[in-house]
Amino acid sequence: MQFKKTSSPYLHNNQNISLVMLQVIYALIPGILVYSYFFGWSILVNIILACLTAVASEALMLLLRKRPLAFFLRDNSAILTACLLALALPTLAPWWLIVIATLFAIVVAKHLYGGLGYNPFNPAMVGYVVVMISFPQYMTQWLQPHAGLDLSQALQYLFLGELNAAISLDSITSATPIDSIKTGLSLNQSISEISASPLFGFWGGAGWEWIAAAFLLGGLWLIYRGIISWQIPVSLLLSIVVMAGIFYLADPQQYSNPLFQLFSGGTILAAFFIATDPVSASTTPKGRIIYAVGIGALTFIIRTWGGYPDGIAFAVLLMNMAVPTIDYYTQPRVFGASGK
Amino acid sequence: MSAETNTLIKNGLWTNNPALVQLLGLCPLLAVTSTVINGLGLGIATLLVLTGSNVIVSMIRNFVSSEIRIPVFVMIIAALVTTVELVLSAYFHPLYKTLGIFIPLIVTNCAIIGRAESYASKHSVQDSFVDGLMMGLGFTAVLVLLGGIRELLGQGTLLANADLMFGQAARDLTITFSDDYPGFLLAILPPGAFIGLGLIIALKNIIDRRMAARTEPLIIPQTETARS
Repeated sequence: MQFKKTSSPYLHNNQNISLVMLQVIYALIPGILVYSYFFGWSILVNIILACLTAVASEALMLLLRKRPLAFFLRDNSAILTACLLALALPTLAPWWLIVIATLFAIVVAKHLYGGLGYNPFNPAMVGYVVVMISFPQYMTQWLQPHAGLDLSQALQYLFLGELNAAISLDSITSATPIDSIKTGLSLNQSISEISASPLFGFWGGAGWEWIAAAFLLGGLWLIYRGIISWQIPVSLLLSIVVMAGIFYLADPQQYSNPLFQLFSGGTILAAFFIATDPVSASTTPKGRIIYAVGIGALTFIIRTWGGYPDGIAFAVLLMNMAVPTIDYYTQPRVFGASGK
Repeated sequence: MSAETNTLIKNGLWTNNPALVQLLGLCPLLAVTSTVINGLGLGIATLLVLTGSNVIVSMIRNFVSSEIRIPVFVMIIAALVTTVELVLSAYFHPLYKTLGIFIPLIVTNCAIIGRAESYASKHSVQDSFVDGLMMGLGFTAVLVLLGGIRELLGQGTLLANADLMFGQAARDLTITFSDDYPGFLLAILPPGAFIGLGLIIALKNIIDRRMAARTEPLIIPQTETARS
């Protein structure tokens, strides 16, 4: 697949792939720490398992494709994909769910399309969607805030799929805030009734709002470092705020407020870390805005009226498909050339 | 066996396989292969129609002028499909209901009119019969293989619902590998068919390349392709 390049100026920013990927991983750390503060050891164990799977399958595919092993393994892109995937999957996922998702992300979505730089779809989101449509019953096992398991319990659940007799799965898991709004609305409850539940925090989901805030912090640092451009996160978040705002103003009892939309689910994580994937995102400045507005609008539509709880993964993949067309029509004017 | 027959067998089953090389008839191929039995049922139905149409087209090839040959071929194929459909409905009714619209849709399978046009209308009845049989077998083999992969991954069974085809006695043929297999839904859904077929084609290309590397010098076989 041939991707369009942007025009000059070509400024050199003294970065290489390995360093860029590493900085994105650093930017995830505050979010991961807050996540594990609220939800216990499980997330750290999941991330490690996903990383090991990703590196192993990356090495296997490089061997099969007869590519230099050390060179490509050192670019850290597989580890970043694994981290994003582990953050997107439910906290209490069985080990094989994480392994299958990671295998699909690395083997099918990345290497079968030609490896890093050639994948038209975001690998982490492909892995997520595969397990989402294949094993919907396992994709609902989200922990309640502060119901976290300690390290041995987390490992025991991950690999054996069972908990101590004292803890039942139902007592520590719950619907996510977005899910409970959807269920509540279908039972004819109003938003203010639903959000009286302890699942809801000050402005988003309890716990989730602080995790999102930590990701926001990491994302802003990435923009400051020049790793990601501002267009994608800003226009993605703005389009969700505008869409949610219109419906919220029309009927605040049927539609949740824009701030809640921003700080629940994976909105912030997706805006700064997933949609900005340099390979599968649009590459022209104008194109990035169109691409991100599309993701935001589709996310809100799928969340509000769709069958799946959080539509971000589907929105990202759908817009990934549109990227070659968007890039084709948004080529910037070449410096010195007259208009059309 | 004559050299022509040998070439026909090799072409139909491997070098010019309708599903893996010509990529014809993908619509039923992708749609019904969720289990082995569905794949086998549709494969045999296609095999019958393909063989029959090749024989009849070859028989009348000297009496039909080339201007009206396509409508004539279509009518022959449609008549055969109707016959197969009625036979299936009479003797394998549950299977007929499972395959549903894909039985009448065999008429639009471009592998069939492709063979009629590119082979049967130019060759003797005997050769056309062998060609139809082998192309049909090649198509059926891919349907069964893809059905097997998808059924195994998707439900953890093989030969489920074998009684649809072989009667009540075949109920025990079903092999269940694990009772609490969660089911990999993707394999049953349409994307699973595309990914599975892609992997089978890739595997065939790898085998071809290995064989070619082993038996130098390379002779490129003549492939005939027709697409609809």
